[in-house]
Amino acid sequence: MFSQKVVQQSMRRLAVQQPFAMRSMMGASPVAVALGKNLQTRQVTSSTKTEDPAQILIKQRLARPIAPHLSIYKPQIGWIGSSLHRITGVALSGTLYLWATAYLASPVLGWHLESASMVAAMGALPLVGKVLLKTTLALPFTYHCMNGLRHLMWDLGRGLTNPVIIKTGWAVIGLSVASALGLALI
Amino acid sequence: MASLRTTSRLLAASRPMFRPAFARTYATVEPTPSEQPKMKTFKVYRWNPDTPSEKPQMQSYDLDLNKTGPMMLDALIRIKNELDPTLTFRRSCREGICGSCAMNIDGVNTLACLCRIPTDTKTESRIYPLPHTYVVKDLVPDMTHFYKQYKSIKPYLQRDTPTADGLENRQSPEDRKKLDGLYECILCACCSTSCPSYWWNSEEYLGPAILLQSFRWLADSRDEKTAERKAALDNSMSVYRCHTILNCTRTCPKGLNPGRAIAEIKKMLAV
Repeated sequence: MFSQKVVQQSMRRLAVQQPFAMRSMMGASPVAVALGKNLQTRQVTSSTKTEDPAQILIKQRLARPIAPHLSIYKPQIGWIGSSLHRITGVALSGTLYLWATAYLASPVLGWHLESASMVAAMGALPLVGKVLLKTTLALPFTYHCMNGLRHLMWDLGRGLTNPVIIKTGWAVIGLSVASALGLALI
Repeated sequence: MASLRTTSRLLAASRPMFRPAFARTYATVEPTPSEQPKMKTFKVYRWNPDTPSEKPQMQSYDLDLNKTGPMMLDALIRIKNELDPTLTFRRSCREGICGSCAMNIDGVNTLACLCRIPTDTKTESRIYPLPHTYVVKDLVPDMTHFYKQYKSIKPYLQRDTPTADGLENRQSPEDRKKLDGLYECILCACCSTSCPSYWWNSEEYLGPAILLQSFRWLADSRDEKTAERKAALDNSMSVYRCHTILNCTRTCPKGLNPGRAIAEIKKMLAV
């Protein structure tokens, strides 16, 4: 058994390193034929007591993990910008609904949300507070508006190439930050 | 062991003394002797179905880039040949036409055979299977559902009427040109598995790759079932889960534009 292994292994190496030398040896030698060793034999390694392969597959399928996705994908302006669009959209409409509901309910609950008291409350804030509060409200709004224009452009089938997608993505970020600061400083 | 060496030396007398015992493949490059080793770390996602209770983990492998071919696939093949034969991944053509070696390399979906190994040896490279797919083993994703979705769009020419002369279905050069950028798709699923919408809705949303193929048949002047094809897509899930995130266009290793194809489908459905 061992000697057979040795011959096999050295033949394999010879085949890799000097394929031309192998050419003459390709046919089985008369000695090998005489000894009945001209056919390649292989030891049986698998057990006869196997489960039904289909059952193994079903079991495996149930246990399969899901490959990591959001946590490992490279941050790119495309999908980060898109998720910001969704987040700002939810935040803006959420704020609007909350505010409108609170405004409707304020007479019943005794809250002072009418314009005059809001103006007074805003006026009482220090300058930094005013600018910060206004920026927090303005930035989601400007971003969502400008990115919305990008979406309208795409819906017309324009600007759908990688360079344009990347450029307009960063342009929207720059413009929305600038215009939000502009609105905050009014 | 001693007898083994003697036999092999007798048979291959001319070979150098210290040649490695493994067969050299294209993934391994003969090193230039004077060069310093350029060791780079590759972290590869590992999960074994035979031990399903063990969590998937990242395994590190260090390779000398001087001895490795230029592409990520070369690195993977070299790891499998020389470091760890249990590492499992799909590969076939090594030239970007079969789509087997699609995986997530350094955070971006691409074909390992078309992705150069970053020469910066300080940072490690991280290799994952295609995102949000069921993992069969290590880097091999389960593509069954993807292929089922492909089958569902009837990706073949559908005609009821024979041609005038009973020969081929002819097409003008202009009509043929409409298929450029569509027919080249190799269905590697890089785009579909980069799409967050497809991550969350892959049961019903067709995903960029399949929609590109849908548009390929909608745009074909020889196909006569355009109305049926449009009707099959005209629902809230098949197409309209696309929110123009455009990861598909960004990631396509063949430089195609699934995002634009979906936009064209939406335009066709709107008119």
